[in-house]
Amino acid sequence: MLSIKDLTVNVNDKKILKGINLEIKAGEIHAIMGPNGSGKSTLSHILSGKSGYEVTGGSATYQGKDLLAMPPEIRAREGVFLAFQYPVEIPGVSNVYLLKAALNAVRKYNGQDEVDAMDFLTLVKGKIKALEMDEKFLYRAVNEGFSGGEKKRNEILQMAILEPKLCILDETDSGLDIDALKVVADGVNSLRSPDRAFIMVTHYQRLLDYIKPDFVHVLAHGQIIKSGGPELALELEEKGYGWLEDGQVAA
Amino acid sequence: MNTALNPYMAAYPALAAVLPGQALAWLQDIRADALARFSSHGFPSAREEDWRYTNLAALAKQTFAPVVAAAEPIIDAEWLKPYQLADAWSLVLVDGHFCAALSRTDGLPESVQVLGMADALQTYGGQVAAYFGKAVDSAEHGFIAFNNAWFTDGVFVDIPAQLVLDKPIQCLHIVTQAGAVAATRNLLVLGANASAQWLETFVGAEVAYLSAAVTEAFVGQNASLTAYKVQCESAQAYHFGGLYVQQARDARFNQHNFAFGGLLARSDIRTDLGQGSECELNGLYLGVKRQHIDNHTRINHTQPHASSRQLYKGVLDGRARGVFQGRVVVAEQAQKTDSDMNNRNLLLSPDAEVDTKPQLEIYADDVKCGHGVTIGQLDEKSVFYLQSRCIDEETARNMLTFAFANEMVDKVANEELKIQLQGLLLKKFSSVIL
Ligand SMILES: Nc1ncnc2c1ncn2[C@@H]1O[C@H](COP(=O)(O)OP(=O)(O)OP(=O)(O)O)[C@@H](O)[C@H]1O
Ligand SMILES: [Mg+2]
Repeated sequence: MLSIKDLTVNVNDKKILKGINLEIKAGEIHAIMGPNGSGKSTLSHILSGKSGYEVTGGSATYQGKDLLAMPPEIRAREGVFLAFQYPVEIPGVSNVYLLKAALNAVRKYNGQDEVDAMDFLTLVKGKIKALEMDEKFLYRAVNEGFSGGEKKRNEILQMAILEPKLCILDETDSGLDIDALKVVADGVNSLRSPDRAFIMVTHYQRLLDYIKPDFVHVLAHGQIIKSGGPELALELEEKGYGWLEDGQVAA
Repeated sequence: MNTALNPYMAAYPALAAVLPGQALAWLQDIRADALARFSSHGFPSAREEDWRYTNLAALAKQTFAPVVAAAEPIIDAEWLKPYQLADAWSLVLVDGHFCAALSRTDGLPESVQVLGMADALQTYGGQVAAYFGKAVDSAEHGFIAFNNAWFTDGVFVDIPAQLVLDKPIQCLHIVTQAGAVAATRNLLVLGANASAQWLETFVGAEVAYLSAAVTEAFVGQNASLTAYKVQCESAQAYHFGGLYVQQARDARFNQHNFAFGGLLARSDIRTDLGQGSECELNGLYLGVKRQHIDNHTRINHTQPHASSRQLYKGVLDGRARGVFQGRVVVAEQAQKTDSDMNNRNLLLSPDAEVDTKPQLEIYADDVKCGHGVTIGQLDEKSVFYLQSRCIDEETARNMLTFAFANEMVDKVANEELKIQLQGLLLKKFSSVIL
């Protein structure tokens, strides 16, 4: 589904990503862990098309297409979804309005009719209930005045409505208490399917107890320095990143 | 100003004979004083502090002439439809003259006095005299002097004490003729404990004209006035609109000012607050292309325990220029004043400009006064967030712009007007589908 080859990215002439290689197939869940400032959010942003980054080399191919050549909204309509580490507050635009506009934009892109207003409300209300959110959130401005946990749930709500193919979750678990984490994990798990893939950026093994990854990668200093199975996360939890970064990598 | 060079002065003698209120000595005095002032000062100049951001040189290059007699209106109810509220009483002024045929006052309680200003001066001259010129006079600036000398008509509305009107009264100012000046004068009186909604709408044919309107409003003790101004003048028009208010003790005045139209538009709103009274001024100005939109507010806290709130928002695109000058004056005896003033601007293009100048003048010592100003562009993080949610960039920008402006429309309690305003907003910043 996604093939990243030797991707190098600069921000303000500073090298942030220094040759990323990653193969993600439909149905897989990849966890990306790594120290603060290692480039995890940069990778998430570059995949979803945020401006301000300079791709200096390499490629990212999504479903056979050059992902990096598409404008952000086309990537989104093609099924790439980023749940932001820090979701933006948008005063004056209600949640329900954004959800509907987003869904209709995808449908239009796929040659479908706009969603019927009643069907849409039924759909949204079902999803919002599953995420144990109050319906009032629908009519509030996007993320405005939401707590950290509420913002993260809201991201998952959008994901649940849009049903993307490649879901990138940038620290969706950070700042969630255990009950909220379970709700969010349930939301993600209910979206698992053979034709959908996930990239989960996280600092905490805890998340991986609820959403079991197929692969765990360690991103440090702009490179993936180690990849492995779920057991790698446990090892990281125990030992931290130091043993990897020091170059004392055990084979 | 050289009379010989001033076509307005040159044309005045012929006009004077047909202006209303000939028989009223007090009005003739006001007119004579105003004429003398206009003759020496003309329209305001950029040398005046309150006009330094608004240059009227282009106005001076053209001459607009009053429409002397009410012509058969070339507009009809159909033309008015986008602007005239269905669920309201309406008073229509066409080219500076009250038009009874287009007005709708049926169902208004008998105790409310509503009539054209020319008629009011004829029939109730004494009553008008009690208020006329008491909220603003010719010394204010050139447009007030001009209006005092030149006004041809307007409306007079007197709402007695205790009466609560459940529907708005809408005054529609319409200019249909190219080159016309419409100088209208309104007087609105609310007795004690009365409550009313008052809407003034300014529209015109797509031609060049000058609209110079003044409204004086007297809000009685513990009375409540919700006032709206919707300015949708033609793109070639010059607009001056002044609203001057006197608030008696405990009176409430809540004003919403929407400035959308005009080539050069200036709005002055001034209120003098009685003890314990409250005022809230909300404004939204939208400028595109080469529009110049200037908003002035002045709140005089003359008595203790009054509060005032102001929020003006501006959206400027193209080469448009916006001005906000808000002045709050707290007199020495106005203790316990609570005042807050905010102006927020969104510049959509590198060539758009805004001059903002909030001023606090405080002579009392036990007060709470604040003010704030922001000037910014659309937040790129928000644009990207929306794009990442499948929305194309242009729509994302329009959505954010609409959201910024719509906050002011949302404050409008009258549903019919709110919908009308949203329509006007969408028309101005099109391609957003709600
Ligand atoms: N706009 C920018 N200008 C300069 N440096 C930047 C910019 N954006 C990111 N960086 C730098 O790029 C590096 C990677 O940042 P990134 O946000 O991708 O890290 P991260 O792995 O997501 O960290 P965290 O775990 O704290 O979220 C950091 O050193 C950061 O300071
Ligand atoms: Mg990050």
